[in-house]
Amino acid sequence: MAKHTLSILVRNHPGVLSHIAGLFARRAYNIESIAAGVTDKPDVTRITIVVKGDEYILEQVTKQLRKLIDVIKVVDLGYADSISRELALITVKSSKETRSQIIEISNVFNATIVDLTEKLITLQVVGNDRQIKGIIKLLSFFGIEEMVRTGVIALPYRSTRD
Amino acid sequence: MKKKGAEIIVETLIDKGIDTVFGYPGGANIPIYDAIYGRSEIRHILTRHEQGAIHAADGYARATGKIGVVFATSGPGATNLVTGLANAYMDSVPLVAITGQVPTHMIGNDSFQEADIYGITVPITKYNYLVKDVNKLEEVINEALYIASTGRPGPVLIDIPKDIQESTAKMKKNITVRLPSYKPNIKGNPIQINAAVKAIDNAESPLLYAGGGVVASGACKELFKLAKKASIPVALTLMSMSAFPTEDKLCLGMAGMHGTKYANLAIRDCDLLIAVGARFDDRVTGNPNNFAKNASIIHIDIDPAEIGKIKKAFIPIVGDAKSVLSELADKVKVQKRRKWINKIMNFKKEFPLSYENSGKKIKPQKVIETLSELTKGDAIYVTDVGQHQMWSAQYLKFKHTRSFISSGGLGTMGFGFPAAIGAQIGNPKKTVVNITGDGSFQMTIQELATASNYKLPIKIILLNNGFLGMVRQWQQLFFDERYSFTDLGESPDFVKIAEGYGVKGMKIEKPSEVERAIKSALKYKGLILLDFRVEREENVTPMIPPGGSIETMME
Repeated sequence: MAKHTLSILVRNHPGVLSHIAGLFARRAYNIESIAAGVTDKPDVTRITIVVKGDEYILEQVTKQLRKLIDVIKVVDLGYADSISRELALITVKSSKETRSQIIEISNVFNATIVDLTEKLITLQVVGNDRQIKGIIKLLSFFGIEEMVRTGVIALPYRSTRD
Repeated sequence: MKKKGAEIIVETLIDKGIDTVFGYPGGANIPIYDAIYGRSEIRHILTRHEQGAIHAADGYARATGKIGVVFATSGPGATNLVTGLANAYMDSVPLVAITGQVPTHMIGNDSFQEADIYGITVPITKYNYLVKDVNKLEEVINEALYIASTGRPGPVLIDIPKDIQESTAKMKKNITVRLPSYKPNIKGNPIQINAAVKAIDNAESPLLYAGGGVVASGACKELFKLAKKASIPVALTLMSMSAFPTEDKLCLGMAGMHGTKYANLAIRDCDLLIAVGARFDDRVTGNPNNFAKNASIIHIDIDPAEIGKIKKAFIPIVGDAKSVLSELADKVKVQKRRKWINKIMNFKKEFPLSYENSGKKIKPQKVIETLSELTKGDAIYVTDVGQHQMWSAQYLKFKHTRSFISSGGLGTMGFGFPAAIGAQIGNPKKTVVNITGDGSFQMTIQELATASNYKLPIKIILLNNGFLGMVRQWQQLFFDERYSFTDLGESPDFVKIAEGYGVKGMKIEKPSEVERAIKSALKYKGLILLDFRVEREENVTPMIPPGGSIETMME
């Protein structure tokens, strides 16, 4: 099943997020990630939703989303056609022996070390889904203590469109 | 000059032409009730239950084409509206519900009579509000009325905390609603319309499948013109029964599960299906893969989300039924289609609706037939939900639009009688008949007090079989006659109940008394209940089992 990135512009109103999430929930449609934040216009919020699913249901959900009074615009970015980024904070177990290996991995992924103790290292990494998954896989060998991901945000590639 | 929130609500409603409100007061909406006290511009109808109030507002909206407005208090008052909201949402009825809420500072404290009605009603309203600023109130009421009645109509809920009703703000008046994200598409795309014209002109056996959207947009004349000009038979849904005159030869009556055999055969055999304001509900299509299998589909709907939802449309047209049908009717060629019409006429002759009339027990179908003959289509028929509803759709003959009111999508038992109250309030001069069953009627029977109090001359036709008839029919057909809890047991004495409410009641037990009873009820000036003791185990036929198709039809 293909992955889709939906970029939804909505009026910045209370309750909008629950309306949107409700549409997915009603169809038992699993949201992989959802991220919301204001845009350059203070009364407009952009919600980015990543979903995996068949085209028919996706088309239905998109149409239902467009129907919501607070929804200004819905674009299916097409997973491949967009710049997508996600930020993750990962706290990984480390010892004297493994510290340098972890730092090496973090260098390869352009991650930043944001916290360091004798037994733990916290990394901040920004990337697309594949990159984040990659670093998580490598770090899991050392033992991941705790982790958080922001969810994907995305914009269309302008260079290929305009 | 500054005004109280409650006054702003009432003033705005009056300014927007709302002259009738249904409702029930309580602790959290006393200020609103205080603001309508003595206001002669608004007529308030007090029901006996909030569910009665919202169904009445719904019936009023369906019968008049205006917006139905309902007031309720917080907590249980508001939650009692839930069924009515879902009902109006499924059938796209323009409705505005204004509920009181506990004061702002008490929201979230599990306060007395507090319920998150905003959250509860998200999936069953077109839009909803929790107003936390009195300065926004006027704008919100304007928006709500606009949203409820434009595009695909639907219910809108406004939840207003008591302190907001009591605090003051300046009224602006003449607010123009500005909703940048809400722009219903009225006119159909010209390219698509031309494609549709061509498809209709070239079709050998086209069929119109008209839904509730035709009634909602007031497109019945346009539908008639198109059908007549291009000789296209018309299949109707429960929601559109009164959109096309039954006696016209092109009328095929209701399609679907309990539809006429000829409507369903026409759907099977047509080469072009023109769906207008219809959403391919499963009660119409059965198995959608077998529905109109030989036809390409033109789908006209104001709601783009309906197009392609169940069936792929060959020509999709997003737009208002009235506007699109009017263009189509102007542009299509005049055609006779003798072969196709002959085929349809033969279907109608060969497979008419029928039932066995033994003459011993009263047949429910006979009651409806007699009612239809005696009223000659000059009445508003409001039904509840169940077997009597299907018999009404089958055996009533309609002449005027908005003369058949029934809960289609949600199938709400208890809808009929309060809806009849609303229909009668909106049409004081017309004959309003409520056709109900003993199961449905007992769900909102207390509204007899309302109808009696306002002296509404509704004629209640109660088809009393002592069963939850439709469920019993399913148990008989699909569950080996295991009648689990569908026998209602000893019937109450409905005549005495009626009398207790100050209503005239009559019990009819013999087939020979049916005609005289209905005649006398129609002549009677007031509210009257006719308790017809009908054949207990009569089935609604024909029937296409759920998910089936015309090939599996039971007769």
